[in-house]
Parts: sequence; structure tokens; C-alpha cells
Amino acid sequence: MTGVGRPGEARAGWAMSAPALAAILAFFVVPAIGSLFLSFTDFDIYALADLDNLRFVGFQNYERLVANPLFWKAMTNSLLFVAIGTPFIVALSLFAALLINSRWLKWRPVWRVALFAPYVTTLVATAVVWRYLLHTRYGLVNYLLSLVGIAPVDWLGSPTASLPAILIFVGWKTFGYSMIIFLAALQTVPRELDEAARIDGAGWFTRLRHVTLPAIAPTVLLVSVLTVAAMFQLFAEPYVMTQGGPAQSTVTILYFMYEEGFKWWNLGSGAAVAFLLFLCILAVTLVQLRLARRSGAI
Amino acid sequence: MTGALAALPLLPMLGGCGARRADALTIWAMGNEGTILPVLLDRLALPASLPRVEVQPLPWSAAHEKLLTGFAGGSLPAIGQVGNSWIAEMAAIGAIVPLPAPAAALLDDQFAAVVETNRIAGTAWAVPWYVDTRLQFYRKDMFARAGYAAPPLAWAEWKQALHRVKALAGPGNYAVLLPLNEFEQLLTIALSAGARLLRDKDARGAFSDPEFKAALAFYKSLFDEKLAPLATAAQISNIWNEFAKGYFSIFTSGPWTIGDMKSRLAPDMQGKWGTAPNPGPGGIGSAAPGGSSLVVFANHADSTAAWDIVARLLAPNAQLELHRLTGNLPARRSVWRAAGLASDPIVAPFATQLDRATALPKVPEWERIVTEMQVVAERMVRGEFGVDAAAREIDRRADRLLEKRRWMLDRGRAL
Repeated sequence: MTGVGRPGEARAGWAMSAPALAAILAFFVVPAIGSLFLSFTDFDIYALADLDNLRFVGFQNYERLVANPLFWKAMTNSLLFVAIGTPFIVALSLFAALLINSRWLKWRPVWRVALFAPYVTTLVATAVVWRYLLHTRYGLVNYLLSLVGIAPVDWLGSPTASLPAILIFVGWKTFGYSMIIFLAALQTVPRELDEAARIDGAGWFTRLRHVTLPAIAPTVLLVSVLTVAAMFQLFAEPYVMTQGGPAQSTVTILYFMYEEGFKWWNLGSGAAVAFLLFLCILAVTLVQLRLARRSGAI
Repeated sequence: MTGALAALPLLPMLGGCGARRADALTIWAMGNEGTILPVLLDRLALPASLPRVEVQPLPWSAAHEKLLTGFAGGSLPAIGQVGNSWIAEMAAIGAIVPLPAPAAALLDDQFAAVVETNRIAGTAWAVPWYVDTRLQFYRKDMFARAGYAAPPLAWAEWKQALHRVKALAGPGNYAVLLPLNEFEQLLTIALSAGARLLRDKDARGAFSDPEFKAALAFYKSLFDEKLAPLATAAQISNIWNEFAKGYFSIFTSGPWTIGDMKSRLAPDMQGKWGTAPNPGPGGIGSAAPGGSSLVVFANHADSTAAWDIVARLLAPNAQLELHRLTGNLPARRSVWRAAGLASDPIVAPFATQLDRATALPKVPEWERIVTEMQVVAERMVRGEFGVDAAAREIDRRADRLLEKRRWMLDRGRAL
């Protein structure tokens, strides 16, 4: 690439990327600017009936959000999901990918499909099944726990157990996608390096730590950025499993936004939540990128 | 692009999404009523001169959002079943039309408080279809052992009876269940105390009134005196079990619970429970009137036919059929007599209570205000606020939620 290319080439480039750019402009940039504008208004059902009832309120939506304990509760819950969920899902999917990539495993395509299946199954259907699995009295999970002498846990009814229950469900549901990304990266790691290390007497964990992980570091970064974004945007799982309860312990920031916007119909306030969420994800991603750059992953 | 071309044959199907058959009238109905309405309409055998009626059932959990998005998108049907507490909102945004003069007769033999709920700024906007309210379900055997035929109706004696019931129930058990995450119980106590809840054309909270403070203090005392457990509904995993075991001997609920009581309680418990009106400071208390009404949505061309269908659904034989199919309590008093409900010892207290019901404030913000009220009340019970501070805090939150309404009133734009 010489950068300056011929004007004809540049025109062709613009022409070819124009459809995608137009779609991004129409379905992302314009709505994003619109919702930023909305977040400075008090759009509510009165404004829905008659736009003359719309007022420009400056930063009032943001001030009220910061003063609202439920907003902070939702923020804390979302940060917990990010802090616990991201390492959990990254580790789970990496482990599954290593398993499928290992040479001694028979029937590899079958395993790959089986582990990827949860990701492509309908959320609501799996949530119904998991509600049975997690049932306090006749759920399979509590039955298995009872075999090792653990008393029944009220997974979806107790404010302390609901968050882990949702995390387990989300982990099971989404790890397949990251697993496929990891699998693709693992297949690019040269076998010679691994074999050389083995001849040098390195054990399984040492080879993972010093050969495999450095080789797939950019992928680990990619997967963790995707997972952080997904954890911040957790909505459907708590909506279907617990409706934000018990005692608002599974109200995530997106769930809070949904309630502000579509339950109470305060679209102005809902848009303000959306914008704060955008800033949060942006900040976390920038930190991750900086860390990765420092450690030389990219 | 080839993908888009491949989709071309699907275009005629897209056209099918837009236009419903112009000659059919659509009704949105929720939950159980949505399921039985087609059966009911079949049995009513509407005359051929009326347009064909289509029923679209909605789940209750999504009904409110559907109504608002339907309004925003201009796709509301002709007739809708609307929860009584949503009518103020529907009227405020101009989604529904007021009752025409001929339909006013449908309100004649109905419960006054329910009709009042649907009357906003002096105009009736909806016809109550079936009614409900909340009152006490109690353990007859426990109260009999404590020396009472039924829970007393004045607060002081009622509380004394609860103390005796708690003593009988033994350690670890309580007398009454007031789930901390549900506002209905405190609201019932407040209405019984005669609190007006909002003031200044419903544009400010009136939670610092002496009546409401008395209700708050009474509510708090039930927890302070260990008559009610500090629990949310989520912590009571099986309300029927706990009721039968004597964890509590009174809980508040509506007529929908009667069927559950009959099917879920063990046979030996069946003679041991009853219903009673709510207690008040000096005798029988009040309650919020509930249920659903039928509305005709605005911008519908053939509203005469729509009101005609509403009138037919309110006819005594249709009301009786609705009661038989769902167990819902009919809105018309004449049907209560015809169905023998007035003499049923379990159902009759609901009529008594509905006669003493009080309409709630009719502002779109009400549901959110009452949710905030309960958030503060829960904190008060857990010791974060005193009664006066809690009342002030509820007022502060209500005033903030009503700020837009005050602005609208100043400009003469609110109903």
C-alpha cells in the first residue's frame, strides 16, 4: 500500500464501502445522535401524545440518575456481572477450546457441535429448561448438590444466589461463541513450538502458560473485549429468568434502561442511561486496549 | 444484492402485514379474558349487521407496553380491555374516546367507586367489565381458638386479636403477612384511614397529611410488634403452605385467590379459611377498586359499532357467562344477584368491600408514585426512617414525579 493510490482506486474504494457506511450512518450514527439529544429532554407519555409537551431539561436526567439508588444498584450488579462473568466465560471457553483442539480427543466435530449448540439455541427455550434445572425442590442442580451433602439452594428466589445462577446460565449459553474464536486461534499455534517445549521437559501447564497463551494473546484480548461488552449489555437472561428480582438483585443497567424507557415511558431518562452505558463500555475497552498494548499483545 | 433479489417473491406477503380486513373489528384482551373472549362472543351470537369481531389476546405482563407502543405506532385496535389503573394514562395521551351518551346507561347498576375510577375530569372514559378488590383472607380456626368468629373491624381490636393469634401460633410464627415489596397493603391501610394521597388537583403528594401518617404509623407498628414478618413476597416460596402451617393467619388478596385456595389447600384446610372486609381506624375500612374496563380507542372510524359491541358484552347474560367462564366478579350488581354471588359467604365480603372502596388518584404518574411510596415504607420498617421523615420523603419523591404534571396544569394541558 502506497497510500496515495490512483484517484480511480479511491473512488472504487468509496463506492464499495458506501453501502456499509450508509447502513452504519442510518442505523447507528443517526440513532446514537438522536438518543444523545433525547437524553437532554424530558420525553415521556405527555410528549408522546403531543410534541409541544417536550421540554429541554439540560443535564437534569443525568442528575436524577446519579441520585437514584436503583441506578447505582443496577450499575453495581452490571459491574459484578462484568467482573465475575468475564474471567469465568473466557476461562470456560478457553478450556473448552483446548479440549476440542487436543489431539487425543475422538469425534471432534461432534464435540464441537455439542458445545456450540447452546449458543444457537433460542434463549427463551433454554431459559425454561434452566428454570427447571435450577428449581429449588425438584431441580437437577440441587439434586446433584444434595449428593455431596449441600442443602438445597433457592437459586432464583434468593437475592444472594440469583446472580450466580444467572451467571452460570449466561456462561453456558454464550461460551460456545468464544470457544470457536479460541479454536481458530489455537489452530494457528505451530505444533513445533509445543513439541520443542515438551522435549525440553515442560509440563502441560508450563506449555500453556509460556507457549500457547502468548501465541493467542490478541485473541484473548478480543474475546475479553467482546465479553465485557456482552456482560454490560446483559438483559434478556435476567428478563426471562427473574424479571430483575428477587429484591432487584438481577436488575442490570440495560434492564433498568428498559424499565425507565418502556415501563415508565421516560424515554429521556432511558436515553441518558444508554449514553452512560456507552461511556462505561468505551472506558473499559480503552483500559483493556492500553493494558494489551503495554503487554505487547497488539 | 442477490440476497435482496431472492427475497423479492416474499414482497406480497409483506403487503399482508399492513392491511387487516377492513370490515373486522379487533378487540385486545389480556390474559385469561383474552383466552375466553372468543368463546364468549360465540355464545352471544352477535347479529349479522355488526362487523365481524376478531380477538387478539395479550399477556398481562406485556399489555401496558403494547398499549403505549400501539398508540405511538398508530396501530391500536377498535376496542380494548384496559386495567382500571391505566385509564388515566390512556385518557391523558388521547388514546381513548369518552363514553357517548347512550352508553352511559351501562354504568347505572355498577359499584360507585369503580365507576368513579373511570371518570376523569368529570367525563366517563371506560365501562367497567369485571371488578375486583383486595380484602383479608384469614384462618377461621385460628381466630376461633383466639375467641373471635372473624377478625374485628376496628384497628385497636383487630391488632389485639392479632396478638392473641400470634401467641397461639407459637414462636417463629406471625399473625399477618404484609410483603415488604408490595404496595397494596399499605395503600389499603391508607385508604381505610381516609388519606387523600394527592392534593392540589393531584399535582402534589399529600403524604404528610395526618391520615396518611396514622396509616404509616399503624403499618410500622405491625412490624415493630412482631405481628408481621420482615419479608418480601419472594421470600415466601409457597404462600398456601405457609398459610396452612400457621406462619401467618391473615393475608390480603383479591378474588382471583379464591380458586387457588380451593385447589391448592389440602382438603382438611377447606373449612378453615374465610374472607373478611378490611379493618379501619373506627370500623370497616376501605380498599382500592380494581378490575378491567372496556374502552374504545380514538381514531377508529366505526365507533358506533364498537360501542354497540361493548354494550352487548355488558348485557346481563354476557356478564353471567363471563363469570361462569372465568370466575371474574361481574361489574353489574343485578348480575351478582342473578348469579347468587351475594349469598356466597366467601364472595359476599367482596361486595361489602367494593361498596366501601375509594377511587385512587387518576394521574398517569400514580403507579410510579405508589411504587416509590413502598420503597420508602420498606426502608422505614427496616429502621432507616421515622414515620414523619418517611412521610416527608414520600412527598418529596411524589412532588418530583408530578413536576411535569404541574407544568402541564399551568398551561391548561392536563386533564
